[in-house]
Amino acid sequence: MNNFQNGGSAAIVDRCRRLFDDLEFSEVREWKAAEKGRKVIGYMPVYVPREIIHAAGMLPVGILGGGDQLEVIQGDAYYQSYICRIPRSTIELGLTGRLDVLDGMLFPSICDVIRNLSGMWQLMFEDKYVRYFDVPQNYARDIGGSYYVNELKQLLSDLEKLSGKQISPDDLWKSIEVYNENRRAIQDLYHYRAKRPWKTPSPDVYLVIRAGMVLPVEEHTQLIRDYISAVEKEEQVMRDNCRVVVSGVFCEQPPLNLIRSIEMAGCYIVDDDFMLVTRWLLEDVPTSGDPLENLADGFLNHSNETSAKYVPVTSDKGQYLVEAVRKNQAEGVIFAAPSFCDPALLDRPMLQNCLAEENIPYTAFKYAENSGQMQPIREQAGTFADSIKLWSA
Amino acid sequence: MSQMTPPDAIKEDSMEKQKQMISANFHELAQAPQQGRKVVSTFVPGNINELLMCFDMARNLPEINALQNGMRKKTGRMIMEAERSGHSEDVCTYVKADLGMMAQGNIGPTGETLPKPDLLLLSYTGCFTFMKWFELVREQYDCETSMLHIPYQGDGTINENMRDYVVKQLREEVIPTLERVSGVKFDIDRLREYMRESAKSEEDLVWVLQTAKNRPSPIDAYFGGVYYIGPIFTAFRGTEDASEYYRTLRSEIAERLEKGEGPITPDGEMKDEKYRLVVEGPPNWTSFREFWKMFYEEGAVVVASTYTKVGGVYDFGFRHDPDHPLESMADYCLGCYTNLNLPSRAEMLSNYVEDYQADGLLINSIKSCNSFSAGQLLLLREVEKRTGKPGAFIETDLVDPRYFSGANVKNRLESYFQMINQKRGGGFSEGVAA
Repeated sequence: MNNFQNGGSAAIVDRCRRLFDDLEFSEVREWKAAEKGRKVIGYMPVYVPREIIHAAGMLPVGILGGGDQLEVIQGDAYYQSYICRIPRSTIELGLTGRLDVLDGMLFPSICDVIRNLSGMWQLMFEDKYVRYFDVPQNYARDIGGSYYVNELKQLLSDLEKLSGKQISPDDLWKSIEVYNENRRAIQDLYHYRAKRPWKTPSPDVYLVIRAGMVLPVEEHTQLIRDYISAVEKEEQVMRDNCRVVVSGVFCEQPPLNLIRSIEMAGCYIVDDDFMLVTRWLLEDVPTSGDPLENLADGFLNHSNETSAKYVPVTSDKGQYLVEAVRKNQAEGVIFAAPSFCDPALLDRPMLQNCLAEENIPYTAFKYAENSGQMQPIREQAGTFADSIKLWSA
Repeated sequence: MSQMTPPDAIKEDSMEKQKQMISANFHELAQAPQQGRKVVSTFVPGNINELLMCFDMARNLPEINALQNGMRKKTGRMIMEAERSGHSEDVCTYVKADLGMMAQGNIGPTGETLPKPDLLLLSYTGCFTFMKWFELVREQYDCETSMLHIPYQGDGTINENMRDYVVKQLREEVIPTLERVSGVKFDIDRLREYMRESAKSEEDLVWVLQTAKNRPSPIDAYFGGVYYIGPIFTAFRGTEDASEYYRTLRSEIAERLEKGEGPITPDGEMKDEKYRLVVEGPPNWTSFREFWKMFYEEGAVVVASTYTKVGGVYDFGFRHDPDHPLESMADYCLGCYTNLNLPSRAEMLSNYVEDYQADGLLINSIKSCNSFSAGQLLLLREVEKRTGKPGAFIETDLVDPRYFSGANVKNRLESYFQMINQKRGGGFSEGVAA
């Protein structure tokens, strides 16, 4: 649809930046207005099966809070001071009409705050479709799997009613395939960044992935491919940065400046847990057999580990992070957690223990989506980078 | 009478009975390893006590340890210990009190050492933190963990899929694990027997809690209520001891009701009922008496509370059903208060305000507990809107003494009582600070 080839990666990133800054969701509105009867479904972190929304002919839109540009006035009146920022800015978006474009909202199982927000949404936006999307914490095929398949069927049936369109297995196959393709493209981008982080600045990569929260998936896949092609042709200076994995950023998003500050402080981010919905399933979902069973199998057996998921075997706990460090040849981990984020903050000591056992250095700080002061972050990340450079063997 | 009698002298038979039961359970726990009994740790909401008893296991409930330690003013140091070892100041203080207690030698509230559990039964009901809590604890115990995941009532109902999921987990994973760890074979008739006993206690508890519909209320359904729920929410549901406790309690309350007496407080009977409140949220444990006193000194009685439903909602008819043991166990777990969605909670609170003729809703918002707290400000608005009764909001914590500011809480309560008076059109009452 868009040709960015001439403008190089900067033009692509510019477009993504505009999408990122646009709290009115203008492109989503345009997509919806382009054809009569189109519907849009919002979803919050950490994972929903977007394939089913897509198969219903709807646009899935990731709602990740208001960032640091939204002035939260009404949203604060709904929360105590000890609750994180993302629900209050999401309520602000809702109450100011910015989310009117959404016909429904999905609230995934990630923590009690987002869970309860689903009920608040039911009370506050009575004319909208609202679903708390529960997922199993039991991963046996006949137990958690069977429960999950029925949940998927319920979601599918709800969306059929909302869209007035029957969803056929063929629709699901097609949607699964376009999301497989999108995941492959994102995986390629992550691999590319891990190999040549100096060519793919993390704020840019973040914006490119973030664009997938609002763009139709087919367009987003093309955009990623275009970005990789563009950066391949561009020369960038390689800096003497250390390589880090950033962990804990899977829900409330840090300001873009924070990501930039980490890099400016001397750390190349070579892996992260931003927007895990785009990388939740670690393998292609097979496009033969029962589509819902396959999506369930992907969730149960081939999905990313994060704090919102139970880890049944003690010795497995945190190994994904150790693996991320090894695989990406990282030299350390930066734990960046939103203030008052139960999943990230409760998990952190366990993950830190895993890293300590493997002699992997780490540092930790907290942020909020509207954090303004980056100097302390830069100093901490810079000190961490220096310590790795100076003291690591 | 209240001036002449020290608090421990006015304890009723049921209170003494409960005290003995709790002490005996802590002692049993401490003795379990010597006696060759296996120990299971599990959580209060969605606890499956009847099933655990089928395997002769001693039951340890970490929230109870934390709150008992809180009431004994021990948790401040425990929490700081956990924070020193890297746990965030932002997260649940029950978890940190538990981890701090373990770090300090795992001495339980009564001074006896708590044993290492043989099994962590993670009943993930209505609280995300539970999952992380046991992941954290098992790192140190290195014992087997079994997960019982209870889906959330996102649309306010329990459906077949949810029930089947829970029953399958019980049948195919939890029970075989309990058999393996305990070495005891599962006997469903034994389970039925315990459930029959549970239903008796549940019947009596509901009767007791609903006496608060009377004027004056013979009970305080929050501060007194936390004592009333003690046996049924913990290691005693399904035991004959619990049935006896509730029988005794019921007869005591029946007597008070007949005499037209108010609730028993630590300073004796509350004589003059001025305000009737519904309270949402758990209490603060570290200053429990001070907190309670702020109410009864002003003549405020709590006539219904949601905290007393956190380990089971019985007042809308649910009873453990021995004829459908696993299914009713699933329904019990699915129906616990914090597993209800916000619209259901708003409806329940509004109905409480109406049915118990309350003057309004007071929310005690707990920093530690997002499961309760997230959304409470909307609940307050909703209940005010639906009932036309004024609401109020205070903030404390479960077991972190740093988050209990007595003066602030008292100020807010006094303002609230003034507001109720104004709403009644009766002006300011005597003894209420302006």
